[in-house]
Amino acid sequence: MPGRVITITSGKGGVGKTTATANIGVALARRGQRVACVDADIGLRNLDVVLGLENRIVYDLVDVVEGRARLRQALIKDKRLPELVLLPAAQTREKSAVSEKQMIKLCDDLKKEFDFVLVDSPAGIELGFKNSLAPADEVIIVVTPEVSAVRDADRVIGLTEASEKRSPKLIINRLRPAMVRRREMMDTADVLEILAIELIGIVPEDETIITSTNKGQPVALEDRTAAGAAFTRIAQRLLGENVPFQAFDHSEGWLNRLTDLFRKQ
Amino acid sequence: MNFLSRILNRQPDQDSAEVAKRRLQLVLAQDRTNISPETLNVLKDEMIGVISKYVEIDRARVEVSMTHTNRGEHLIANIPVVGACAPTRLTPERRRAPARRTRGARA
Repeated sequence: MPGRVITITSGKGGVGKTTATANIGVALARRGQRVACVDADIGLRNLDVVLGLENRIVYDLVDVVEGRARLRQALIKDKRLPELVLLPAAQTREKSAVSEKQMIKLCDDLKKEFDFVLVDSPAGIELGFKNSLAPADEVIIVVTPEVSAVRDADRVIGLTEASEKRSPKLIINRLRPAMVRRREMMDTADVLEILAIELIGIVPEDETIITSTNKGQPVALEDRTAAGAAFTRIAQRLLGENVPFQAFDHSEGWLNRLTDLFRKQ
Repeated sequence: MNFLSRILNRQPDQDSAEVAKRRLQLVLAQDRTNISPETLNVLKDEMIGVISKYVEIDRARVEVSMTHTNRGEHLIANIPVVGACAPTRLTPERRRAPARRTRGARA
């Protein structure tokens, strides 16, 4: 059975596409799935540093589509997780170095050998986004609970649906429970009411994302952090497991409210 | 100084989440339908003109807006009626005309 190509996109930059791609990839690989992470952000590659594999790049995606390297040569194996590989983006080329047709062919080849092909899309709705969308069997939209990110997500959902793809699924990233409890940030229900697509995960804001990215060790390598556990739950849902959503944004009694009150300076 | 107001939970920006949601609903309705605020104003003026022929309305308080919900885009008009239009002022033909227009608008 061929694998599933899942494109992770958002419209707006800086909402956590690359972090989500890396961590969902790691979480799936930890569950025994064969995973290929593809960095489609040609010219601005970052998935390599987030995964901690930047020192092992020899060939990249453009080398493969232009025939300078075989696909197998360009894939970087993650030594921590034997099931995980990365296909890095070219850093010195432009988005136009690859066509939609070439992306479809590339992902078709990867699908034969991997259970999951995760495509990390660049921000925006131009060529790089279109190239990432073309090979997708499924689309995941990453959004943060902010007006600009939600507006851009709505646009990308419209473009995805117009391209006759299945309705995308939503990750609400960097949710801050204390702010939500004070009604200073939109909650899951608010965002879902506006975007009206299926939710696949809620990831709370977590400082360990910064420290783990500093070190090139994705949080999902372990389950002890809030964000790591959230990405693991997303991987479980992708595998068809019925995992309940955490109620990050519900008030948990008067003690919590009191703590919020004093924390707010 | 702010402590008491904090305890009472009454800061002015308390429900900025609701403000964000309302603003998004409006802007997304505009994005999706491609109806600009200017077009909406022209529409509003024409609506006032048409409705005033039949009913006396409070022109200053008429509100026409687009909103976005998960079931689609809605054009919402809030038109305060000041007084009923006397039926004797309408000829038999004109009395039927508004009813037909209402059905047309709904279809």
